[in-house]
Amino acid sequence: MDFEDTKEEAEYRASARAFLTTNAKPRTGKGMLYRAAHATEDVLAEARDWQKKKHAAGFAGITWPKEWGGQGLSAINQVIYDQEEAQFSVPRGIYEIGLGMCIPTVCTWGTQAQRDRYAVTALKGEEVWCQLFSEPAGGSDLAALRTSAVRDGDDWVINGQKIWTSGAHYCQYGVIVTRSDFDAPKHKGLTYFFLDMRSPGVEIRGIKQISGASHFNEVFFNNVRIPDSQRLGKVGDGWKVSLTTLMNERFTIGGRAGVDVDEFLELARGIELEDGPALKNPTVRDKIADWYVASRGLKYSHFRTMTALSRGDTPGPESSIGKLVTGPKLQNMSAMALDVLEQGGVITDPEVAPMAALFHQTLMTSPSARIAGGSDEIMRNIIAERVLGLPADVRVDKDVPFNKVPTGKAK
Amino acid sequence: MNFDFSDDLKLLKDEARKFLDDKSSPEVVRRVLEGPDGYDKALWNEMAAMGWTGASIPEELGGAGMGALGLCVLAEEIGRSLAPVPFASTMYFAAEALMAGGSDAQKKAWLPKIAKGEFIGTFALAEGPGKATPKRVRTTFRNGVLNGEKLPVPDGTAANLAVVVAQTDRGIGLVLADLSHAGVKREHVETLDESRKQARLTFANVPGELLGAAGDGERLLALIEQRAAILMAFEQVGGAQRCLEMARDYALERYAFGRPIGSFQAIKHKLADVYVATELARSNAYYGAWALSKNAPQLALAAATARVSANEAFWLAAKENIQVHGGMGFTWAFDCHLYYRRAKVLAVANGSTRLWKERLVSELESANAPG
Ligand SMILES: Cc1cc2nc3c(=O)[nH]c(=O)nc-3n(C[C@H](O)[C@H](O)[C@H](O)COP(=O)(O)OP(=O)(O)OC[C@H]3O[C@@H](n4cnc5c(N)ncnc54)[C@H](O)[C@@H]3O)c2cc1C
Ligand SMILES: Cc1cc2nc3c(=O)[nH]c(=O)nc-3n(C[C@H](O)[C@H](O)[C@H](O)COP(=O)(O)OP(=O)(O)OC[C@H]3O[C@@H](n4cnc5c(N)ncnc54)[C@H](O)[C@@H]3O)c2cc1C
Repeated sequence: MDFEDTKEEAEYRASARAFLTTNAKPRTGKGMLYRAAHATEDVLAEARDWQKKKHAAGFAGITWPKEWGGQGLSAINQVIYDQEEAQFSVPRGIYEIGLGMCIPTVCTWGTQAQRDRYAVTALKGEEVWCQLFSEPAGGSDLAALRTSAVRDGDDWVINGQKIWTSGAHYCQYGVIVTRSDFDAPKHKGLTYFFLDMRSPGVEIRGIKQISGASHFNEVFFNNVRIPDSQRLGKVGDGWKVSLTTLMNERFTIGGRAGVDVDEFLELARGIELEDGPALKNPTVRDKIADWYVASRGLKYSHFRTMTALSRGDTPGPESSIGKLVTGPKLQNMSAMALDVLEQGGVITDPEVAPMAALFHQTLMTSPSARIAGGSDEIMRNIIAERVLGLPADVRVDKDVPFNKVPTGKAK
Repeated sequence: MNFDFSDDLKLLKDEARKFLDDKSSPEVVRRVLEGPDGYDKALWNEMAAMGWTGASIPEELGGAGMGALGLCVLAEEIGRSLAPVPFASTMYFAAEALMAGGSDAQKKAWLPKIAKGEFIGTFALAEGPGKATPKRVRTTFRNGVLNGEKLPVPDGTAANLAVVVAQTDRGIGLVLADLSHAGVKREHVETLDESRKQARLTFANVPGELLGAAGDGERLLALIEQRAAILMAFEQVGGAQRCLEMARDYALERYAFGRPIGSFQAIKHKLADVYVATELARSNAYYGAWALSKNAPQLALAAATARVSANEAFWLAAKENIQVHGGMGFTWAFDCHLYYRRAKVLAVANGSTRLWKERLVSELESANAPG
C-alpha cells in the first residue's frame, strides 16, 4: 500500500508540472476570490489563451482517442494532470461542458467528418460548446422536456425553450435534446442534435443568479432550422444519446472544489471570539473535525478510484459520493464562517475583509453544487438504486404517451 | 498509486469472511451475549490455529508476520461478524503495546504466547465513569508493584495478561502484569455488550514490569491509542457495512402500502447516507492503515480521522438499521441490537468521538501552524 506513481505516471506528472510551472500562477486563497461575475471579453480571452497553450503542450483531450484529435492516454493521466492543475490558478471553466460532455457525444454518435470538423477546434479553445438539456418542465426529470422538433425537408424545425444553459451567451455551438414525437412514451419520442448557436431564431437571455453573477441563460427557439445531418443518433433515440452526454461528466477527481478546511482554518485563526481565537472554540473545533473527516474521506476515496484506474480497472461505486459530500460541506462551512465573523460576517467587500468575501462567495454559489448536474436527492436515488440495488421510484409516467403525462406548474 | 491491500491480503479477507460466516454466526454471538462465558473459546482457538492471533507479530516471535495490514483486514471481518472473542484487547492493545514499548526480553516472554493463542491480553486504563487522563489515573506502580482498581476492563474476565496504565514516580507508565497473580481480583461487570464481557480488576501489590523507559508512558499511551484507533476503525467499518446490508435486505423483503419499503425515498435516501458515511470511513481507515504500516509521521492525524469517521459511520449504520426494521428492529430476536450495542461500545472503547475530534483539530493546528 503506497501512494507512489508508477515510473510512467511519475514522468507524466513531472511533465504536467513543468508545463504548469512555466505557464500558470500557483493557486492562492485570494486567487479563488471572485472569479469574474460576468464572462467579460477579457476573461474569455484569457481562457481561450490558456486552452490553446494546453492543447499545444498535449494536455487537452488527454483521454480522447487519436481519431478525435486526442492524446489517447488513460484516465489516470487525466487524473494526474488535474491534480497538478488544481494547484494552479487557471481559467478553465468555460470549456468543461463542451470538452467534457458535448464533443464526446458528437464524436461518439457523429461521422468522422464531423469529428474532424469540430473536435480539434474545440480542443484548441477556438469554439465553445454548451449543453441545451434542461427546460422549465424538465430538470431532474430531463425526459419531460417539450421543445419540439418537426421534420421539414432536409431540416428540422425547432420550437420551445431551454433554461439554465451555462455559457450559451458566449458559445458557438450547442447540443440539444428535443421531442420529435409527443404521442410516444416520454423516453421514446426524443431526438438529439447539435446546432450553431448563431442560427436565426435562437434568442439568448441571461439569468441573474442569487450571487448576482450571470453564468446561465434561457434560450428560446423560434422556428430554428437544424439540418438533418446534425442529428446525432436515430430519430427517437435521443434519450440514448443523452446518456452518452451525461455519462461523460468528466472526472473531477483530481481537483479541489472550492474552499476547504485550510481556508476555514485561516479564517478561524485570525478571528477573535468572546473566549479567544475562533480556532480555540470547542463548537468551531467540532465542525472543523467534521469537515476534515469528510474532506479526507473523499480524498482517500479518490485515491482508491485512482488505484483502480491505474490498474486499468473500472472504479467502484465509491467514486459516486463526491458531489453529495462536497455540496453540503461547502454550504455548511460558509454558513459557519459567517457565524464566526459575528456582525462583521455581513461584509462582502474583499478589500475590507478578504476571508469574509471568500466565504460569502461560497455561501452564494454552494446551493448550485447541490442542484446542478444531479441534485442531492437525485444522487441519493442513484446510490440507492444502482449501488444498493433498491427499487426504482414508482413511475406514474411510464409507458404513457407523453401528451397524457400529468404536468405540474411549469412556468 | 496503489492505495489498496495486496492480493494476498484480499485472499486472507475472503477466507476470513467464509470462516466467520460459518463459525461466528449470530447464534454464536448470542451464546456469549446470553451466557456466562466471557468469549467463545472454540472460535478463539480456531482463530489462533489459523495464525490470526499472531497476524501482526513478527515471525521470529512466533507470529505470522503479516504486519499491521494483515491485522486490518482481519479486523474488518471480525467487526462484520461481531466475533465474540478478545481479539481487539489482545491484538490491538496488548500486542501493540508490547511491540511498541516492550524490551526484547518482554517481547520474547509474551508475544509468542499471544501468537499461539495461549495468552489473552487486555489494556486497563479506565477507572470508572469519566475520562482517565494521565493526571487522573489513581492506580499506582511503585517499588515494582501495582495497586488500585481498573473499571471496566474489556475481556478482563478472560485475560491472562494486562497492560495497566498506572502512576509511577515519573508520570504515568504502562505496566505489564500477569493476571494469574494472587493479588489480582477480577469481577465481571455488566455492560452494554455482553458478547464481549468486561470486568473490574483490583490490584493488591501485584508485581509488574514497566513497558519502555521511565517517563515515556504518556507518549506510549498516545501511540497505542492511535494504533488501536485505526485497527478498531476496520472493525467498525466491517460492522457498518453489515448493518447497511441487513437494512438493504430487509428493505427489499418487507412490504408496506403495497410496495417494498426500500422503494420509499425516506428509506432509500437514509441508506444512501449510510453508504456515504461507510465509504468515507472505509477510505479514512485505509489511510490509517497506510500510516500504521509505514509508521508515518501522519499517524496521529490519520488515527484521529479514521477514529472519528468510523465512530460516526458505525453508529449511523447501526441506529438506522434498527429504524429500517421498524418494530422488528426493536426485538431481542432480530440481530440489529447486537450491532447497535457493539457500535456504541466500540465508540467509547478507545476515546469518544468528542475526544478524538479535539485531538484531530490539535493536530491540524500544529500541522498548519503559520510559517
Ligand atoms: C449553476 C447551474 C448550471 C446549470 N447548467 C446547465 C447547463 O449548462 N445545461 C443544462 O441543460 N442544465 C443546466 N443546469 C440545470 C440543472 O441540470 C438542473 O437545475 C437540475 O437538473 C435540477 O433540475 P431543476 O432545476 O429543474 O429542479 P427540479 O428537477 O424541479 O427539482 C426541484 C427539487 O425537487 C427535487 N426532485 C426532483 N425530482 C425528484 C425525485 N425524483 N426525487 C426526489 N426529489 C426530486 C430536486 O432534488 C430538487 O430539490 C444548471 C443548473 C445550475 C444550478
Ligand atoms: C415499543 C413498541 C410498542 C408498540 N406497541 C404497540 C401496541 O401496543 N399496539 C400496536 O398495535 N402496535 C404497537 N407497536 C407497533 C408499532 O405501531 C409499529 O412497530 C409501527 O407502526 C411500525 O410498523 P412496523 O414495525 O411494521 O414497521 P414497518 O411498517 O415495516 O416499517 C419499517 C420501516 O419502513 C418505514 N416505512 C414504512 N412505510 C413507509 C412509508 N410509506 N414511507 C416511508 N417509510 C416507510 C418505517 O418508517 C420503518 O422505518 C409497538 C411498537 C413498538 C416498537
